[in-house]
Amino acid sequence: MKKNIEFVAANGLLDRRSFLKGGAITFGSGSLGLLTASPSSATDWPNWMTKPGTGLSEYSHRSSYESHILRKTAPLLGTDGSGSSRTPIQYLQGTITPNNLHFERHHSGIPEIDPEQHKLLIHGLVKKPLIFDMEQLHRYPMISKIQFLECSGNSRPNLSKIPPKGSCGDIHGMIACSEWTGIPLNILLDEAGLEKDAKWVLAEGADAASLTRSVPLEKAMDDAILALYQNGEKIYPANGYPIRLFLPGYEGNISVKWLRQLKVTQKPMMTREETSKYTDLMPNGKSLMFTFKMGIKSVITSPSPSLKLGPLGYYEISGIAWSSNGKVKSVEVSADGGSSWAEAELSEPILSKSLTRFRIPWKRDGSPSIIMSRAIDENGEVQPSRNQLISEKGSQVSYHNNSIQAWYISSDGEVENVYV
Amino acid sequence: MFTSKKLLLLFSLTFSCSIITALAQSPNLGIVANEELIKNWNTSIGTEGEELPPGFGNATNGRSIYNLQCIACHGQGGEGLLNDKLAGGHGSLTTNQAVKTIGSYWPYATTIFDYIRRAMPYLSPKSLSDEEVYSLTAYMLYINNIISEDMIIDANTLPKIEMPNKGNFIISYPNN
Repeated sequence: MKKNIEFVAANGLLDRRSFLKGGAITFGSGSLGLLTASPSSATDWPNWMTKPGTGLSEYSHRSSYESHILRKTAPLLGTDGSGSSRTPIQYLQGTITPNNLHFERHHSGIPEIDPEQHKLLIHGLVKKPLIFDMEQLHRYPMISKIQFLECSGNSRPNLSKIPPKGSCGDIHGMIACSEWTGIPLNILLDEAGLEKDAKWVLAEGADAASLTRSVPLEKAMDDAILALYQNGEKIYPANGYPIRLFLPGYEGNISVKWLRQLKVTQKPMMTREETSKYTDLMPNGKSLMFTFKMGIKSVITSPSPSLKLGPLGYYEISGIAWSSNGKVKSVEVSADGGSSWAEAELSEPILSKSLTRFRIPWKRDGSPSIIMSRAIDENGEVQPSRNQLISEKGSQVSYHNNSIQAWYISSDGEVENVYV
Repeated sequence: MFTSKKLLLLFSLTFSCSIITALAQSPNLGIVANEELIKNWNTSIGTEGEELPPGFGNATNGRSIYNLQCIACHGQGGEGLLNDKLAGGHGSLTTNQAVKTIGSYWPYATTIFDYIRRAMPYLSPKSLSDEEVYSLTAYMLYINNIISEDMIIDANTLPKIEMPNKGNFIISYPNN
């Protein structure tokens, strides 16, 4: 069955269900990108089909043809273990971040922790201070949640006056999504028994910086996980081996890695990470503290800078969306800089505080286009434009940039970061 | 001598206790931590400073330690080098060029002690004595014109120091 092409917004955006509904779409006289390959002779086998392949192995590695897909590391001056590395999200599909490509943000390198020596202490305003070894912790009831983790400083490059060069991952790659498996924190806090005045929990890591953050007790008792596994494997050293705190929807810094103690307190401890850093300075000189939620956000990962487009015709515009408040309800895409918008298809599963993959078919006709995505969550919160964000928070804003990304696509298929 | 009634009571008490234990459904595998261990691990300093250790220091001693241990990353007198600028920036927060230093930005003096003791110097954290940390804390306050060079900083004086920017912080939780 053939049907006519259905444009739903300017510059070639097609109905999101064009292909899902079945039937071929015709573009005028020709079909959509279907080329006839010349038949190869029966004897012209590729060499990997003419002899047995390599043997079984105890641990897999990706194709050598994919070995260029790497994180971009950005160490702090004078160190090699502090700073960040960013996930190359422009090369990934679906929603799960491979463990080897999960972004990193460390404050004093990655400790090499012997799990047999590692312990977790729970003390402070509790009836019974408790200490656990890893073997004991592994016997606890566990849950698994597929949820995102985003650094509070993700997308900061886009707050500069001039749109930064670099790939999508260089700008927005401090976002990842994993299946986290571990112990609901409320089980251990209940065992320790909370005192009446308990309101906050100080979490401390076993890295050289002994990083500390104060967590609201309400969050700790709600959906906090003591994560032991990441996508089925023991959590990676760069992500907190052998145990990390995981606080769904909150800025990454507070999901303390290499967790060694939880101290229940009445008031926040006002650590360096929650006062001098990770606070939001506003234009009037006031600063907001404990702004944990990352908000509603999306970004088109393909097309994006560094991925030059080929011939005109069919492409899929694809990206990721997420919300601190629950599920993504919809994502709209524009190809004309925000004048007209079309709804993208959301791929299942759509989970709370998780990445959701969106896709929309697009016929590139060669006219210069500006593509953008705008996410809306189940609470009706809408992703702001860059101008909106800056007018609300001021030009000195440096954390929690969840504003809309625009990519300019030239006639010859170059993709460039632009502000609209 | 037990009567059958007493035996029944004893049995039902035992039985109901085990039911309650089963219903609590918590593995309870943790070991109660002893005071000595908690004392050794409980090194975080809150804003009231009740966890501060004995000892004291002043900015003069702090300067000597700074010039050996800190200057390579933070520059002469905290002016910044490879890493964060630690002094100055006063009055800059409402401009387009906000300079966040200990003096211009940090709300609590206790945080200085807490952070230096746990994380600094970068290449050998936890190597300084508490007296050295007190002295460095005093030096940080001195280079930001918050205290005089000879003021003694200890568990009593440190929590009482009002940081210049303290009044400008707003706790947003739970509103975000």
